[in-house]
Amino acid sequence: MATTTHTEVPGGGKPQFPPFNQQTFASQLLWLVIAFVLLYLLMARIALPRVGRIIASRSEQIAGHLGEAQKLKESTDTAIATYEKKLADARNNAQMLAGQTRDKLMAEAEGRRKTLEGELHQKLEAAEKTIAATKSAAMANVHAIAKDAAAAIVERLTGSPAPEKDIADAVADVLKR
Amino acid sequence: MADPIHQFEIKNIVTLGHIGGQEIAFTNSALYMLIAVGVIALLMLGATASRSLVPGRLQSIAELSYEFVADTLRSSAGNEGMKFFPLVFTLFMFILTVNMIGLIPGTFTVTSHIIVTAMLALLVFFTVIFYGIYKNGFKFLKLFVPSGIPIYILPLIVFIEVLSFLSRPISHSVRLFANMLAGHITLKVFAGFVTMLGGMGFLGWLGATLPLGLTVGLTALEFLVAFLQAYVFTILTCIYLNDALHPGH
Repeated sequence: MATTTHTEVPGGGKPQFPPFNQQTFASQLLWLVIAFVLLYLLMARIALPRVGRIIASRSEQIAGHLGEAQKLKESTDTAIATYEKKLADARNNAQMLAGQTRDKLMAEAEGRRKTLEGELHQKLEAAEKTIAATKSAAMANVHAIAKDAAAAIVERLTGSPAPEKDIADAVADVLKR
Repeated sequence: MADPIHQFEIKNIVTLGHIGGQEIAFTNSALYMLIAVGVIALLMLGATASRSLVPGRLQSIAELSYEFVADTLRSSAGNEGMKFFPLVFTLFMFILTVNMIGLIPGTFTVTSHIIVTAMLALLVFFTVIFYGIYKNGFKFLKLFVPSGIPIYILPLIVFIEVLSFLSRPISHSVRLFANMLAGHITLKVFAGFVTMLGGMGFLGWLGATLPLGLTVGLTALEFLVAFLQAYVFTILTCIYLNDALHPGH
C-alpha cells in the first residue's frame, strides 16, 4: 500500500479539481461520519445537558434571589409603614396628653387663683371693717379727749367751767372743718 | 505564482485499505475534522467542567453558543423543534469550527469539499423526510399542497413545491461549499499577487501593497462569511425541520 501524497486521476493526465475527485469521497465520507457522530454523541449526551443545567440553575438562583429581595423589600416597607404609623400615633398621643395636662393645670391654677382672690377679698373687707371700726372708735375718743381738753383749757383760761353743751358744739364745729 | 487550487487537495496521511475499489485513508481532511471535534469538545466540555455560576470567558462562549443556537431553533421551529437541538447545535458548531480553522493560513478547509457539505445537507434532508412522515404520516404530503389555491393551478403549484423540496439539499450544500471554495481561492489569488509582485524589486514592493491591503480586507470578510455560512446552514436546517413538524403551510 503506497502512501500517496497527491491524489491524482487514474490514468495520469493533469490533476483533477480536488473537490470533484471522486477517489477521495469514500475516505471523506467515512471520517465525516466518524467525526460527526462522535461530536453529536459528545454534545447530545454530555455537553448540552450540562450547559442547559448550568443556565437553568443560574436563572433559578437569580429568580430566587430576586424573589427573596422582593420579599425583604416588602417586609421592610411594612416595617417602615408600622414605624411611621406608631410614630404618628405617639406624636398625637403626646400632643393630646400635653394639651390635657395643660388645660387641667390651667384650670387648677385658675381655680386656686379665684379662691385665693376671694379669700384675699374677704380678708381685705374684714380689715377694712376693722379699720373703719377702729377709726370711728378713735374718732369718738378724739371727741371726748377734745372736749375734755377744751373744757380744761377753758377752765384754766377763764377760771370757771364752760357749759358742756357749748364745748361739745365748738368741738364738733372744729372737727367738721 | 502559487496554484490557488493546491490548498484543496486531499492528502493521505495513512492509507488504511481498499473497500470495493475505493481507497480508504486517514487524510488531512479527516485530521481537520477531528481537530474541529476536539476544539468543540474542549470548549463545550472543558470550559464548562467547573459549572461556575459566574462563568469565565470560555464558559461564556459555550453558553452563548448554546443560547444562540437554541434561540435560532426556537424562533423558527418553535418549542417542539427543541428535540432536534443536539443535531442543529452539532451542525452549527461543526461547520463554524471547520470554517474558522480553515481561515488559519496553511490549514485545510473541510467544508470546501462538496461531498462533505452534501452529506450534511442530505442528513438534514432525510431527517426532515423521515421525521415528517413518522410524526405526521400521510399529512406530511400537505407540505406540497398549499391551502387556499384554486384547483386549476394546483397541479402546477404541487409540481413546483415538490421540485423546490427536492432541490433543497442541492442549494443547501452548494451554498456552503461554493462560498468556502470561492473565498479561499480569492484569498489565495490576492495573496499570490503579493508574493509575485514582491519578487520584482522596489516598484513591485510598491505595487504589492494594494493586493496586500485587499488580502487583509478579504480575510476579515472571510471571517464574516465563515460565520454567516454556518449560520445560514443552521437557520435553513431549522426552517426545513419546521416543515417536518408543521407541514401545513
